[in-house]
Amino acid sequence: MALGKLFRTTVFKISLAYLAVSAVGAGLVLGAVGWNMEHLIDTQIAQTIDTDITGLSEQYAQGGIRRVVNIIQKRTRRPGARLYLVTTAAGEPIAGNIVSLPPDILTRPGLVETAYQPFGDTGGKHRALARNFVLAGGFHLLVGHDLAEGESLRHILGEALLTSLLWLVVIGTLGGLWVARRVLNRVDAINANAQAIVAGDLSGRLRLTGTGDELDRVGQNFNAMLERIAILMAGLKEVSDNIAHDLKTPLTRLRGGVEQALRSAKSPEDYRGALEKALDESERLIQIFDALLSIARAQAGAGREGMIDFDAASVARDVGELYEPVAEERGIVLAISAEPGLFLHGSRELAGQAVANLLDNALKYGVPEAAGLGPDRASAQAPKGTVELSARRSGGNVEFVVADRGPGIAENDRLRVLDRFVRLENARSRPGSGLGLSLAVAVARLHNGSLRIEDNEPGLRVVIRLPAAPVRREPRAPLALPQPDKAA
Amino acid sequence: MSVMRILIVEDDSEAAYYMVKAFREAGHVADYVGDGLDGYARARDETYDVLIVDRMLPKLDGLSLIGNLRAQKILTPVLILSALGQVDDRVKGLRAGGDDYLAKPYAFSELLARVEVLARRNRPGLGEETVYRVNSLELDRLAHRLTRDGKEIQLQPREFRLLEYLMKHADQVVTRTMLLENVWDYHFDPQTNVIDVHISRLRAKIDKGFDPPLLQTIRGAGYMIRDGSR
Repeated sequence: MALGKLFRTTVFKISLAYLAVSAVGAGLVLGAVGWNMEHLIDTQIAQTIDTDITGLSEQYAQGGIRRVVNIIQKRTRRPGARLYLVTTAAGEPIAGNIVSLPPDILTRPGLVETAYQPFGDTGGKHRALARNFVLAGGFHLLVGHDLAEGESLRHILGEALLTSLLWLVVIGTLGGLWVARRVLNRVDAINANAQAIVAGDLSGRLRLTGTGDELDRVGQNFNAMLERIAILMAGLKEVSDNIAHDLKTPLTRLRGGVEQALRSAKSPEDYRGALEKALDESERLIQIFDALLSIARAQAGAGREGMIDFDAASVARDVGELYEPVAEERGIVLAISAEPGLFLHGSRELAGQAVANLLDNALKYGVPEAAGLGPDRASAQAPKGTVELSARRSGGNVEFVVADRGPGIAENDRLRVLDRFVRLENARSRPGSGLGLSLAVAVARLHNGSLRIEDNEPGLRVVIRLPAAPVRREPRAPLALPQPDKAA
Repeated sequence: MSVMRILIVEDDSEAAYYMVKAFREAGHVADYVGDGLDGYARARDETYDVLIVDRMLPKLDGLSLIGNLRAQKILTPVLILSALGQVDDRVKGLRAGGDDYLAKPYAFSELLARVEVLARRNRPGLGEETVYRVNSLELDRLAHRLTRDGKEIQLQPREFRLLEYLMKHADQVVTRTMLLENVWDYHFDPQTNVIDVHISRLRAKIDKGFDPPLLQTIRGAGYMIRDGSR
């Protein structure tokens, strides 16, 4: 794996950022420790110096300067001794282990840090913390403590800081690289996987590790996306298949009619007749085309953003009312019932169209056989049949039910009629495209519902079951459009 | 119907040619431009009764054209003509400021009827009366009452709305889809001639036993309420 690629990874950059933060943190901690220790040491030094001065001044009070000089001479002979200097009031040294001092040191009060030159050592820099005390006879007593100890401590701490930072950088970089490499490996695997799927078979899916970590979740979403694409592609393919298959038939008819007219029409009337037929045929083509598009769009889930809450009962009543005169004309009793307060979330237009298609079918095919087939028989005869349209609640669902007393559909044909363009034998002779039920199915699925066909014993019952709107609100005006000519 | 001035903004010159010719044959004045920018300039600078705008246009798309006009307070009625004919496309078009929406392919009779309704809508005061009168037929919108020759005729609510729409557009052709859209608020194409049946029912109530017949069928187009005696 190219190292450059590794360095460019987000994980590695994050590691570096962490590293920098940790380094600053470590520096602060060690610095604070060092400062505190130095302070502590200084305090201790000051305390011992003070104690020493107190002790020596007591000795002076008891035995005079000679006694103090004796004690100091004894003490300075021991190795690692403190620093002492006793001078006259004029500053002449009497005893001690200090050779030279800055001259002003004996006049400065309190604890001072100063350079000094110890006895028997002419080179090198020495620094001490010292305090000057004036004894009762005017003698100066200076007690000091070498600072070499503190300095070596600072040195140790500095080194520790440096080494730890070095380790931190080494471990951090290596760790960052290691983590980056691990993540990169998985991301690379996902990428390779995804590229293979995109370049080839869209039915492939990403392999997940099953740990449910963030990369797995990305993979899951990617797979869900692929799923959706596959559905859309399938819908598209189906539409193009259907267009190819079923639009070509009427197109052939259209073309045949035109050719026939061009070949053998004699009079303007013949041409006019042929043109009118061609116009009718193209009208039918447009209808089929529109229906196919509606189905495809519903299947692809298009128009979901325009969904609103609407009253299912009013849809049933409106559509029922729309078809009621047709039923009457055909001598069919149309019974409409709708429970109030049934709310759906979706497209009122599509739901209405689905119900209209079912009703249209029922009025066309739902006539009892004994009553005769022709829909144009005089309506003066006794009612030829009954069609029921209802909207009702069923648990958390709303159902539109269209039931007739016609011949029904044999059980083994019931699933088949849901396919596009399927028209059963006895329907072939009547107008229709065979798309009505398919659209109703697509609309039901768009609303996360279903469509089922049942035996009405006798007759046919088609049920569209749609989940009721989750929160029952006042329905907004259905399709609140600025209609150009809304009757006031 | 008086002469209308119509601007057609359509990039398919052949379709535009048919349209211009058909409108001229119907006695109107029709101009045609081929792209959105020209359409915007013409619609802004000249007076038209109706604009017919395709949605997909070169240089400036139809919805933006309408949006720009509306932003300039140019309120000429616009009919959007589009190959995109689904409900959500229609909603988008009307939200953009269009006044009516017709999907391609369309029948010219449908286009003409809608354009005539749009053109007349812009004349002040029209259709706002509380009582519509055609010959001896009187529809009182507030009292929800219908009489002919002074005799009251009972209508179901939907029949009343149907007649109200027809009378509001008296002397104008009203198509089946216009009725379905405006009286039932549905845009789909019922496979059966449901509207025709509603009309013949209505006709039986308002014309049967009276003279002259007012509710007329315009072959190949739709229906019209017209005082035939004038």
